Amino acid sequence: MLASRAIAAPARQCLRQARAPQRWLPAVPQSHRRAYAIPTEEKVAKFPGKKGPDGNFTVTLIEGDGIGPEISQSVKDIFAAAKVPIKWESVDVTPILKDGKTAIPDDAISSVRRNFVALKGPLATPIGKGHVSLNLTLRRTFNLFANVRPCKSIAGYKTPYDNVDTVLIRENTEGEYSGIEHVVVDGVVQSIKLITKEASERVLRYAFQYATDVGKPKVRAVHKATIMKMSDGLFLSLAREVAKDFPGVEFESELLDNTCLRIVTDPTPYSDKVLVMPNLYGDILSDMCAGLIGGLGLTPSGNIGDECSIFEAVHGSAPDIAGKGLANPTALLLSSIMMLQHMGLNEHAQKIQQAIFDVLAEGKTITGDLGGKAKTAEYAEAVMRRL
Amino acid sequence: MLSRAPCRTAQGLFRNAKTASRWTPSIPMPARCGYATVQSDIFKPTKYGGKYTVTLIPGDGIGAEVSESMKEIFKADNVPIEWEQVDVSGVDTGNKHTEELFRESIASLKRNKLGLKGILHTPVERSGHSSFNVALRQELDIYASIVLIKNIPGYDTRHKNVDLCIIRENTEGEYSGLEHQSVPGVVESLKIITRAKSERIAKFAFSFALANNRKKVTCIHKANIMKLADGLFRNTVRKVGEDYPSLETNDMIVDNASMQCVSRPQQFDVMVMPNLYGGILSNIGAGLVGGPGVIPGCNMGREVAVFEPGCRHVGLDIQGKDQANPTALLLSGAMLLRHLGLDDHANRISKAVYEVIADG
Repeated sequence: MLASRAIAAPARQCLRQARAPQRWLPAVPQSHRRAYAIPTEEKVAKFPGKKGPDGNFTVTLIEGDGIGPEISQSVKDIFAAAKVPIKWESVDVTPILKDGKTAIPDDAISSVRRNFVALKGPLATPIGKGHVSLNLTLRRTFNLFANVRPCKSIAGYKTPYDNVDTVLIRENTEGEYSGIEHVVVDGVVQSIKLITKEASERVLRYAFQYATDVGKPKVRAVHKATIMKMSDGLFLSLAREVAKDFPGVEFESELLDNTCLRIVTDPTPYSDKVLVMPNLYGDILSDMCAGLIGGLGLTPSGNIGDECSIFEAVHGSAPDIAGKGLANPTALLLSSIMMLQHMGLNEHAQKIQQAIFDVLAEGKTITGDLGGKAKTAEYAEAVMRRL
Repeated sequence: MLSRAPCRTAQGLFRNAKTASRWTPSIPMPARCGYATVQSDIFKPTKYGGKYTVTLIPGDGIGAEVSESMKEIFKADNVPIEWEQVDVSGVDTGNKHTEELFRESIASLKRNKLGLKGILHTPVERSGHSSFNVALRQELDIYASIVLIKNIPGYDTRHKNVDLCIIRENTEGEYSGLEHQSVPGVVESLKIITRAKSERIAKFAFSFALANNRKKVTCIHKANIMKLADGLFRNTVRKVGEDYPSLETNDMIVDNASMQCVSRPQQFDVMVMPNLYGGILSNIGAGLVGGPGVIPGCNMGREVAVFEPGCRHVGLDIQGKDQANPTALLLSGAMLLRHLGLDDHANRISKAVYEVIADG
């Protein structure tokens, strides 16, 4: 149990020792180190990978559980058809218990470290005591500080909302999900929301950089500083500071309540903005935005870190339809496109993305969850034909 | 602002919870040993001279305009209510009487047991004391906030047949106001969940569902991450639900709930949740049916009930332009009348409101 008051103190020390040489420790909150040492002028989370001797980038592929292998196969087929210069390196991340703690096999870790980038299918979290979710473990192992969640309306799939085009960036390592909780006395629980200057500043900087990269003219910080004056107040004041370094991007801030209300009423004004926010708000709002365009089966996601980045489908592993060839690979495909963009392979990304959107818009070969009848492989074939 | 000392000794504070006030300003919270059941919470203020006295706090922003409209409409319907108006404001005017007015409004609410209130502005920059809205709720221990999200006939939005009710714990959780800076650049903000208060709000939600012929109560939480805090809340709601076999009980994770809310809001009936999630979901809900101007709300405590627009938006930007929509305050007023048993007046006024909207 995390119920010891002592936890908060080591967490703080961690931050003080931020530049300590230790690079990796088993993923438990207490020993979770951060290393923030980026000069202002250098880009945050730049992709450092280089092509191998055969002219290909190597990318770690975590196929995942349930429908994971099927949808990964579609991605592999489509990438091969589009002649993307990528070589896959499949790894297994079935969790092992190391000193009684959930950990990822060393092979998987060294693969991601070596390749700087990974694509990941859905993972099932084993239910039972003591298991930290694997997603969380990955995030902590590689210190993936920002979660990027673009949501774009898909032509051909009708929802009550049209023309949604939002991008949401969420702080991924602290905030309400710091994992620091304890029972004070029976029936009274304290849960600590941790906001630090380092982590906030880094995600904010990334948000501004991302806005510049994708050509969105505005960054809007979402906060609840009226109530949480110090924690969200710190986040907000840092946002104002960081904004000064990016004169080309317009900065705004908005109260969480207003954001919720306005996006649901009409998401179109959010098309020219990148939203950036602390962990919990980002979690809730990113899923809400996914709801606007039709669910998690259509939304990509990227977890960005300085060391490496992992792109993933955020939907579940759907064990009920696993192996039947019914799964919709769109979310993983769109995530792989985000990955290509991150790696600078914009041409390939654009080509594949267009093919996917065309197939979806045509609506003839779409999977069951979107109201079609096509199998996973048929859908992938349709995409390949359009390349 | 809370000094660091009380936070460091937060544990000690909670052991002394019955005697020490969590909220800094000087009026101590009345010590409570146990929480009454909801049934005994239903109270009826007495009439004096054939009239009820109700505290009216117009609030900031559009508050003054909309409460003026409301007073006129109530007068036109001969509602037996006498208003006791307190013009407290959250906007910093440099006026020293702000704090005094705030006390006065609390005293008035304690006396009348009933209030109708607009929303008070909370400037981000203020560090002297917490939000007046939050302070008022904590001071009077009005623990349950009810927000009704329902399509208004004649006002078409993207979603049809929405009819859900959000019940939100009002006095603890993320809005505890306990924050401190451990070292420069590292801030901790405490979220407090207690079994007693979770149980109280759960009981309230289930009795509310029964009394209003609702079928299902959904507990909203994030217990997969905040295993202890939200876990306590979820388990408490589940346990209380066992006492109400006629109602269906389920639970949902807050991010999924907000996704479902925008894609298929019709599946929800009564939802019960801790403080912050309530703020988020009531705003998402408001977006579904047409904005904060049409959402009525109410805050109930053991002794005092304060009715206010459900979404708590101040609307400083459209203040004084005669554009404000008084619907939310009017419908909240109608809720107040039903609370008093003045159903005739309530029905007449809400019917009139709906007809005007349907006419466009």
